[in-house]
Amino acid sequence: MNVKTLHKGNNCDFLFKDKMPEFLSKHEYTRQTIFFNNPPSIVGKMAVGGCKEGDGPVGKYLDKVHCEDKIGEKTFEKAEIDMLTEAATGAIKSSGIKKEDVDLFIAGDLLNQITSSSYVARDLGIPYAGIYSACSTMSEGLALASMMLNAGYFDNILCATVSHFATAERQYRYPLEYGCQRPPYAQWTVTGAGATLLSRGGNGPKITGATFGKVVDWGTNDLNNMGASMAPAAMSSLIAMFNDTGTEPDDFDLILTGDLGKLGSDILRKLMSEAGYPLGQNYIDCGNMVYGIDQKCYQGGSGCGCSATVVNSYVLDKVISGEYKKVAYFATGALMSAQSCYQGETIPCISHGVIIEA
Amino acid sequence: MLENLLTYLIVFASGGLFCVIAQLLIIKTKLTPARILVIFLLSGIFLQAIGVYEPIYSVLKAGISVPIIGFGAALAKGAITYAHQFGFVGAFAGGLIQTAFGVGVAVVASFLVTLIFSPKSK
Amino acid sequence: MNETNRRNERYNEYVKSVTPSTSTLKSLLNSFWIGGLTCLIGQIIFDLYKWIFPQLDATNITNFTSMTLISVAILFTGLGFYDVIARRGGAGSFLPITGFANAISSASLEFKTEGLIFGTSVKMFSVVGPVVVNGIFWSTVAGIIHLIISGLML
Repeated sequence: MNVKTLHKGNNCDFLFKDKMPEFLSKHEYTRQTIFFNNPPSIVGKMAVGGCKEGDGPVGKYLDKVHCEDKIGEKTFEKAEIDMLTEAATGAIKSSGIKKEDVDLFIAGDLLNQITSSSYVARDLGIPYAGIYSACSTMSEGLALASMMLNAGYFDNILCATVSHFATAERQYRYPLEYGCQRPPYAQWTVTGAGATLLSRGGNGPKITGATFGKVVDWGTNDLNNMGASMAPAAMSSLIAMFNDTGTEPDDFDLILTGDLGKLGSDILRKLMSEAGYPLGQNYIDCGNMVYGIDQKCYQGGSGCGCSATVVNSYVLDKVISGEYKKVAYFATGALMSAQSCYQGETIPCISHGVIIEA
Repeated sequence: MLENLLTYLIVFASGGLFCVIAQLLIIKTKLTPARILVIFLLSGIFLQAIGVYEPIYSVLKAGISVPIIGFGAALAKGAITYAHQFGFVGAFAGGLIQTAFGVGVAVVASFLVTLIFSPKSK
Repeated sequence: MNETNRRNERYNEYVKSVTPSTSTLKSLLNSFWIGGLTCLIGQIIFDLYKWIFPQLDATNITNFTSMTLISVAILFTGLGFYDVIARRGGAGSFLPITGFANAISSASLEFKTEGLIFGTSVKMFSVVGPVVVNGIFWSTVAGIIHLIISGLML
């Protein structure tokens, strides 16, 4: 109770400026951030990508690359389900934990009624909680799972998400073969799936904190310019996290946003430096790095598979190898539908984040 | 021969010009393709209705009939001729009758193509 | 509320200033030659039909020409290279009648997975619907107005 009264008002930053107070490091939360006194570890992971992602800069870190879009299935939706199944079972296998010991499966995707995840859960036979947070589904899942593990309700939780270019294109834009010109600020939905297995015990990178974002809408309404819509959401959550933990951008080895793309991450840099938290060399964006410049993907990747594949391949590999000690992973999601935009609504965005420490 | 060449040149230039206008609309006004198509379609209907489409067509030929303006003009032409022929009710049928060849083949061919091919991810 | 609106306005202006726009000259040039070429091909087919079937009148030849263009565009869509052309051509490939054909067939191909009845047949006009609906509506209006005016003239 004492803590909460201390936090009323905005001018109590001095409390955290020097060092995180002792009482905060244990199982407490400030305005938006939670700290875990019993941080769960990442014991298993798997990233599956499509051909285009395999050719990209992070391609060599992916565990599996499928060059056939339908993976031998009849529909793109089935291929999406296959990829998620592969990632989920692969993550369990890589951890050495038996499938029966996984207590909960938290997953989401971009399709209506998150069907892909639900169909995968049907075949996995693990208790399932479906979530939707557009492209920030992975970080929301990790944050929720960490809370449940920290509280001691479960021992092992599997978080996964998937997106597919062809299925997202059909749902949010035009038919695949329709000849339309994309504007140069458009983004390309990543074909890929990522899964992470979190465990209460075990060795591996630990999730030490989680930040739940507010829905931020700065009045943009261009369906193609997602990066610009999501940048304020990323800023809101990042600043909340810096405030709550009393850290600066330089305290992290890597600050990672989900799928702002090149334009969006440039805007975020500008917003953050205006807010007094200039992002340096340690800031990268998954959408910006998932495709090479020569791949003609405009501003970069998007979709929930984007940050899921990058985090579960490149980033966690580097954390495990010790190159990165402290990573802030803030995926961003745009929570609109194609209909809401035609009805004249602007694009509400959100950003959930987790802090991963080696 | 020279006359033919001149016609082809006019067709190429005028057809290209209409597309440039549409492209300018996309870039400058952020209108979606669907809206631009409707705008051009309506302008075709309008041109036909006020009776200036035919003289323009005799000069530009395929340069104006191949873009969607020609489709609009054909619709309006059908509606107007059938309205004069059959009275009030003719206006409802005319447009479709005039453009039935194109729409019919588009639907049938699309259906056939759908039976054979599948869309590809890029 | 006012504060928020002002911030949103400022942000939108800022976004507009940093968002890269389509390189105007290049895209205009591309749409010019691709659109022009489509029309030119239409004219050549027209002249060819006129030469092969001299007994037919111009209306029929026009119909055959657009039927040919539409069929070829649909075949290209099925084979998967219409959208490759269109990515370059922009308005040059959606304004001609071939774009109309591409819009119908791409939607019909896309929704094949839901079955021929509930997928293809239901969604076939999902992209091209505005053109057909507005075309029929306004041409009917034009026909009726014409009738009224000519009635008044008499």
